[in-house]
Amino acid sequence: MFWNEKIETLKGKDLEQLQLKRLKWTLRQVGSVGFYQQQLKDAGIRIGEIRKLEDIRKLPFTRKQDLRDGYPFGFLAVPLSKVIRIHTTSGTTGKPTVVGYTRGDLEAWAELIARNLTMVGLKVGDIFQNMVNYGMFTGGLGFHYGAEKVGLTVIPSATGNTRRQIEMIQDFGVTAIHCTPSYAMHLSEVAEEMGVELATLRTGLFGAEPWSDAMRGELESRLGVTAFDSYGLSELFGPGVAFECPERDGLHIWHDSYLVEIIDPASGEVLGPGERGELVVTPLVKEAMPLLRYRTGDITMLLPDECPCGRAQKIARITGRSDDMLVIRGINVFPSQIEHVLLRIPEVGSQFMVYVDRVNHLDEMTIEVEINRAHFSGELADLSRIQKKVVKELRETLELRTTVKLVEPGSLPRFEGKAKRVIDRRGVV
Amino acid sequence: MEQKKYVIRQISVFSENKPGRLAAIAKALQEEEINILAFSIAEADGFGVVRALVDKPKKAYEKLSGIGFNVAFTDVIAVQMKDIPGGLYEIARILGEGKINIEYSYAYSGKEAAVLILRVDNVEAAISAIRNGGGTLLESSMFQ
Repeated sequence: MFWNEKIETLKGKDLEQLQLKRLKWTLRQVGSVGFYQQQLKDAGIRIGEIRKLEDIRKLPFTRKQDLRDGYPFGFLAVPLSKVIRIHTTSGTTGKPTVVGYTRGDLEAWAELIARNLTMVGLKVGDIFQNMVNYGMFTGGLGFHYGAEKVGLTVIPSATGNTRRQIEMIQDFGVTAIHCTPSYAMHLSEVAEEMGVELATLRTGLFGAEPWSDAMRGELESRLGVTAFDSYGLSELFGPGVAFECPERDGLHIWHDSYLVEIIDPASGEVLGPGERGELVVTPLVKEAMPLLRYRTGDITMLLPDECPCGRAQKIARITGRSDDMLVIRGINVFPSQIEHVLLRIPEVGSQFMVYVDRVNHLDEMTIEVEINRAHFSGELADLSRIQKKVVKELRETLELRTTVKLVEPGSLPRFEGKAKRVIDRRGVV
Repeated sequence: MEQKKYVIRQISVFSENKPGRLAAIAKALQEEEINILAFSIAEADGFGVVRALVDKPKKAYEKLSGIGFNVAFTDVIAVQMKDIPGGLYEIARILGEGKINIEYSYAYSGKEAAVLILRVDNVEAAISAIRNGGGTLLESSMFQ
């Protein structure tokens, strides 16, 4: 099933022409962004030199750090009055990354979600429970508007209260769910505990964190769904950038909206089909926040174009990161954010270690931090207060509950070269 | 201040809750020939505080800090109890009536008598209440 068959199956010259036209439009659009004016000037490039798609390689990359430096509105290409929504995503340090959307952006985004939902067979009559955060996180509202566009019956259940979520699935006859794969696993266990059979469920859309094929098998048998992988990032609107079709052999990344390159993350050199590297995307239809050659940090590769479903441009499922970003219960966390929080708490040191485990299918992050020698009063109650303070400050910045362990001063490893502060013991993917 | 002689310096040592930490503390004290008169361990979430009354608190502080421990002094008082049923009640009653809140306490039973070591919210008020209530406080010079 297609939502927009003509565009979804566009090929050859027609596709190239459309992409080039949109690339040129994007280059004009970034012209009003101070960062790009400077960057292109520094690189000695005039936008008129970009005459064919391959010329994009002449352009410099945009990094997440650049977006952070532009906080809050440095990357907007339109007046703020034209921005009708703002989302944020985790930044590399204290400040989040801000993403703005014009009315046209929100429509384009909903269109992509509508394509994805239709591609996996959802249609009017389906009852869709959207079990992700509805706040600043793009997963909630992004799927919500796309699902309404298709005409699904949408239940904006958001996160939390798993028993209530299960009751709704049962009572409303929910046919499709969207959540993180780890939450889906948790949901299946709670349903089992409650002795509830989720008989109406048929489709599971899972994203925001990497998950393995073994996990897919497990989820499908426990929940009775066909599971599809969803990929996106807030900088490129949010979820919906790429999605599995019923073949479930790679994700279609929407070729009319995103120009895709795979690069060697170390050298920046462009890699060919079948070579694994970092996904670099130039969005082609973003009005409020156009980007050039944005480095996603996600590791994947281009797959052969021929897909029995008739759509083109596929990437493999994401297998990792080129940077140190962690995905914890679907939330992106940079170790530098943790350091930033610790630096402003005088009672503890700035050295830390992070341990990530999977307990009952949910990610748990434990942070060890040293007590600051000068701030030890001798009282256990004061230590507990410090511990709670660190948990609270981390929660405010990361929007994530963590376990904090206070350790003795000087007991954590010191790194001379590249710090290895994260021990991920989840063993997935 | 005459009450000052009843204020005893306890050493409080921050310790992670893992095997060998108490042994490391005890070994260090042994090396300096420091005698431990009383001690307790308070445990929270993954860490704890080892509290000890020692005969040479300053030396203990220096030694333990020197090998990396995080140490602090804490003022406590020691009350003599009758080593018979009701001995604790007698002291606890005085403190309760004097509206003195106990933050924590530990005790030992020696040859002469039983001793209750107390960390209270207001040391001076506690000393007055105990003395006025007929209790016997031990002077710090008896320990240190």
